[in-house]
Amino acid sequence: MSERGLSENAKSEIRRLMAQFPQRQSALLGALFVAQNEVGFLTPDALADIAVVMGLPASEVTSVASFYHLLFFRPVGRHVVQVCTNLSCMLNGCGRILDHLRRQLGVEVGETTSDGAFTLKTAECLAACESAPAMLVGTERFGPLTPGMVDEVLSRYRRATRSMT
Amino acid sequence: MGEPVLLTYLHEPDQGELGAYSARGGYEGLRRALSMSPEAVTDEVDKSGLRGRGGAGFATGRKWKFIPKDPAVTKYVVVNADEGEPGTFKDRTLLEGDPHRLIEGIVIASYAVGAHLAFIYLRREFYHAREMLERALAQAAAAGMVGRNAAGSGFDLSIVLATGAGAYIAGEETALLESLEGRRAMPRLKPPYYPAVKGLYTQPTVVNNVETLCHVAWILAKGYEWYRQQGPPILISVSGHVARPGVYEVPLGTTIRQVIDRAGGMRGGRQFKACFPGGSSSAILPAAYLDTPMDYDALAKLDVYGSMLGSGALIAMDDTTCMVEVVARTVEFYRDESCGKCTPCREGTMWLGQALHRMLGGQGRVEDLPLLDGIARGMTGTCFCPLGESVPPAIYSTLRFFRHEYEHHAKTGTCDVRVMA
Repeated sequence: MSERGLSENAKSEIRRLMAQFPQRQSALLGALFVAQNEVGFLTPDALADIAVVMGLPASEVTSVASFYHLLFFRPVGRHVVQVCTNLSCMLNGCGRILDHLRRQLGVEVGETTSDGAFTLKTAECLAACESAPAMLVGTERFGPLTPGMVDEVLSRYRRATRSMT
Repeated sequence: MGEPVLLTYLHEPDQGELGAYSARGGYEGLRRALSMSPEAVTDEVDKSGLRGRGGAGFATGRKWKFIPKDPAVTKYVVVNADEGEPGTFKDRTLLEGDPHRLIEGIVIASYAVGAHLAFIYLRREFYHAREMLERALAQAAAAGMVGRNAAGSGFDLSIVLATGAGAYIAGEETALLESLEGRRAMPRLKPPYYPAVKGLYTQPTVVNNVETLCHVAWILAKGYEWYRQQGPPILISVSGHVARPGVYEVPLGTTIRQVIDRAGGMRGGRQFKACFPGGSSSAILPAAYLDTPMDYDALAKLDVYGSMLGSGALIAMDDTTCMVEVVARTVEFYRDESCGKCTPCREGTMWLGQALHRMLGGQGRVEDLPLLDGIARGMTGTCFCPLGESVPPAIYSTLRFFRHEYEHHAKTGTCDVRVMA
């Protein structure tokens, strides 16, 4: 295993995904998430490892990965906060929620807090318009959001982060 | 209003469990289908009048009939669970609340077209839906509803769950197939790449939406006549400035006004101003069209370019809404999600976005109105896939019905609509 490449566990998980499909490249998106979940983001070593395991050109692996919003080529915080800014959320005041998050986290959209806990991102329609304005924190969905609710969610995640370390 | 069909059990907390689902009549459609011939199953769906609920509204039975009958040809069923059309959330609601219904629909569809391998392409952000679906798939496999000899019928079917990675364009069926093959989600040329002819791995493929397959499960369970008597039902995702946003099940042909009333009317007693009847890809309709039935043909036949039922996403806007801002946000969305493959979409969305941004920033000019119209015309009928074609309807309809708002922005550099809450 190279310094920022994949573990043997990750590689065997990728092989398991490949076996699900008639053609192995179908497992590529899944493989990229296996790598991202393990390393934190898609390092050149991780991308190279995927290419070797899957028998694909490294350029193809990088090309595919670069197409999709949820695959990251730079480090992100432990929790990625995705605020929906599409129509239904805009009509329900997502701008106010986003401003509040900027202030509370002290970062701009696309940036990570200095403690590495949160990365703030905007998202296109999360298909959660009945609870607009909505956001995802990691894999959890929240809404309709108020600034007070945002504060509660952030402190819950901060506590969870502290108890992990 | 008829009794609910698709939403009947969605509020039962245990509906995602196989036992509870079966006790409420679940998998009866699958058993009935497997006792019929595949042709009879397809005929039943055909007679139900079901049209695809993903946005294009193509007749589901006809789509299945395009698949060649030759058993030597490998066929696939692919479920489009990449719900991303702004304002649409009914598929996510079905996936989270009634996952076995989808599985039942997949088995029925696969049996009808002779596929032994089916894929669910699930939007990555649907984490809770994935948990529910994985659990339901494991239960269905353990109970023998999928896998070898499904429900003791001699029919074999495996279902593989795959996820996207964040790309609206992957909801377009040929882009979805590219993505499912592990590539950039860019649309394929039709012809020759009609999914029914050259689909996944260039084999004949049925691509059906989540809601569509849930309808199929109900149609086979209760029969097409009963199903038609229920409306037929459709799900409408109602959002925006209504009092009670949510997924509503109504008979096809319920008017926009009635659907908004079901959702509690406009919030805070405010006035309705306009709506997208079928997601952000449809035209924007003003109050004069409130009594239009939410029906494929009624909406498509209106004298408004791009009016359509689409994915059934009704985004209602009240009188505090700046239409220029709404259109700018819509254009930015398509600009950011354009795959860049074709010039009209890639360049058109970029230039429209710049002109609208300038106007909202107080730097608009009166010449921008014909400019917006001209760029939209350059995109109409020229884009490679429906993504780019989704942009002109919002431009044309607002230039027509809300021209004064553009003019006010252009002439004064300010908005004359009440500032949004």
